[in-house]
Amino acid sequence: MSGYGIEDLVYILPIVFLLVWALVLVLVEAFTKRPDVTMLLAAFGLLAAVTLSVIQFGTEATAFKEMLTVDGYAVFVYMLVLASGLLSLGLAYDYNRRMGWARGEYYILMLFSIAGAMLMASAANLIVVFLALELLSIPLYVMAAFVPNDASSEEAGLKYFLLGAFAGGFVLYGVALIYGATGATNLMDVVAAALGTNSPVMLLTGAALILVGLGFKVALVPFHMWTPDVYQGAPTPVTAYMAVVAKAGGFAALFRVFIAAFPSVSADLTPVIATLVVLTLVVGNVAALAQKNIKRMLAYSSISHAGFLMMAFVTYGSALYADAVTSLLFYLLAFTVTSFGSWAVVIALEKAEGKGLDFEDYAGLGKKYPMLSAAMLVFLLSFAGVPPTLGFAGKFFLFRTVLEAGYAWLAIVGVIMSLVSAFYYLRVVRFMYFEQGDPEVRSEPVLNLVTAITVVGTIFLFLFSGPLLAWASEAVLALI
Amino acid sequence: MVAIEYYVILSAILFTLGIVGVLIRRNAIVIFMSIELMLNSANLAFIAFARQYNELNGQVFVFFVMTVAAAEVAVGLALMVTIFRTKHSIDVDQLSSLKG
Amino acid sequence: MDANLIVFIILAVVAVGSALGMLLNKNAVYSALFLILNFATVAVLYIILGAPFIAMTQVTVYAGAIMVLFLFVIMLLGAEELAGATKIDWQKPAAVVLGVLLLAELIVVIFFRETVFAEFAELTDFGSPAQIGRVLFNEYLLPFEITAFLLLAAMIGAIVIARRVRQSPSKRES
Repeated sequence: MSGYGIEDLVYILPIVFLLVWALVLVLVEAFTKRPDVTMLLAAFGLLAAVTLSVIQFGTEATAFKEMLTVDGYAVFVYMLVLASGLLSLGLAYDYNRRMGWARGEYYILMLFSIAGAMLMASAANLIVVFLALELLSIPLYVMAAFVPNDASSEEAGLKYFLLGAFAGGFVLYGVALIYGATGATNLMDVVAAALGTNSPVMLLTGAALILVGLGFKVALVPFHMWTPDVYQGAPTPVTAYMAVVAKAGGFAALFRVFIAAFPSVSADLTPVIATLVVLTLVVGNVAALAQKNIKRMLAYSSISHAGFLMMAFVTYGSALYADAVTSLLFYLLAFTVTSFGSWAVVIALEKAEGKGLDFEDYAGLGKKYPMLSAAMLVFLLSFAGVPPTLGFAGKFFLFRTVLEAGYAWLAIVGVIMSLVSAFYYLRVVRFMYFEQGDPEVRSEPVLNLVTAITVVGTIFLFLFSGPLLAWASEAVLALI
Repeated sequence: MVAIEYYVILSAILFTLGIVGVLIRRNAIVIFMSIELMLNSANLAFIAFARQYNELNGQVFVFFVMTVAAAEVAVGLALMVTIFRTKHSIDVDQLSSLKG
Repeated sequence: MDANLIVFIILAVVAVGSALGMLLNKNAVYSALFLILNFATVAVLYIILGAPFIAMTQVTVYAGAIMVLFLFVIMLLGAEELAGATKIDWQKPAAVVLGVLLLAELIVVIFFRETVFAEFAELTDFGSPAQIGRVLFNEYLLPFEITAFLLLAAMIGAIVIARRVRQSPSKRES
């Protein structure tokens, strides 16, 4: 084999390690048949991958014939995704056993999915984007349907599958059109060819189709059709994982592909993106107002946050793209921490067979479990963007970037929608503190640890916003 | 020789038919078949462009797409069989236990 | 009108016709059979376009393995009888209209190219297994490895989902 060297493997060592580790776990699971062991080993594998990623920080290189890029941006996303994996493991640890269906394959599939997300962040070739998207998604289809003999879970899995496969079709056809317009799928070659292409419209259409496909994946409106159903039906640790990692992977790939390869079509696509942002913010927030089930409410809230994340994208073609990248990464970090925290609280209150998930079940939480409800309060405030939380810092920087880019009206829409969102977040607060009730909470060490970590993260990381932002800005997107 | 554009237009027609199929059919298996049609149409486009550029890259991509399609079929049909066992239906209109 | 164009038009008509047949047929088995016809037609188009190996793979994998699996599941589930009418009727025409719009756009886009109708180079060994193998393993090693893991993940997933042992729920509680 020509043209490959050991450096290629070294550059993507975190991903390779994770994949090989997953293979090892398949064997372990086959011989020991104990899900606990598999889970612990999976956690160990993730920690090792984090260490390997940390070593990579500061590299800027391409690997495998320029199909993958390892740069600060990719490493940032690696860490986010790996941390999400660890947090998900913490959420799933007790939940899976408590519900009676713990299986080792769950953790193995999660590792594959995480590797797919990492590949999406590093992908510098459109085919790799497509394959990584599938590697991220296919385990998720299975994980969503994991609860045996449960109609909701199986339905969620099927709907997620149909939605995801449909999205993949769009992405693929977009890649085909771009290949047709430029004769290349490596982003570097696409950029070079895009300048001299004689089918600029086809290039634009291909880019738009990829946007549509990835829009399905990250649940932008109007591609969000079955997302709340999927979030509601899937087992809650899977929902928590999906909410963050599908967005992280999707946006990471979206940014890299568009900023690196399509700055030339930015003028055409920016109005489209702005429209998508507004639609997503409005529909996500308004629909959330009407929800009574906390999982569905958080699902629509998640959709609205996808709108905010997309807002960072509006400025991608301008000179401010570096700020766009920074605001995206920072908001993603804020969203990850807050989201997992909120889902941890949901799991603490959830009982079997989908009970314990309505707002009424939170009544009286403030009196009986003050610490837990205080944690939930912090998470809800962070979602709404109220200081002194990380969510506030994320929104602040995001709106500032958008303003500086000249999209004041978009920032105003964002602020208004944040105010609207406060309504439904605070509704939960009202139930927790001002209604009477006698909730039962599952208190379990690992779950409490996750809640504690995320609460601390949401507040204290806010104090460290400055250094974090600096780190995110150094996460340079190696422009090809 | 027939111009490449004609092949690509044929692929566009098939792609659109696949999309319409996904949107109007209610039987989950037929929806999935429409998605396969979409993937197949992208394959046709790839092969046509590969011919135009006289490079084999397009054909290799089709290889990968077929693999992905096979993987999706395995998982998708497993999901449908499972749901059918529980609900005795794969009509997506009847899968509405998740409305809240 | 040269022979090539006539052949192409015939194949195109069959392809589109079978796709429509797949979409519109109420019986899922007939839909699957129409789709097989579509795949076979497209395989012939591949041969014309200089991709004999891919054409064979299409027939073997797509039409041969994937569609057989579809048919198997359709028969297993007895899904050829469709119960339940669609409740919302405005969606069908809307979908068709959107589809037509998309198609029109795509056609315009595709014809909007200023490409030369290039004369194709002589096909020598183009699309043969050896050539494809060379490109696959030299240029596209990474995607190849990714698909390997993808297949493994899908296999594990499919087995986990489909092999549900019905056990009493309280069996695992300690």
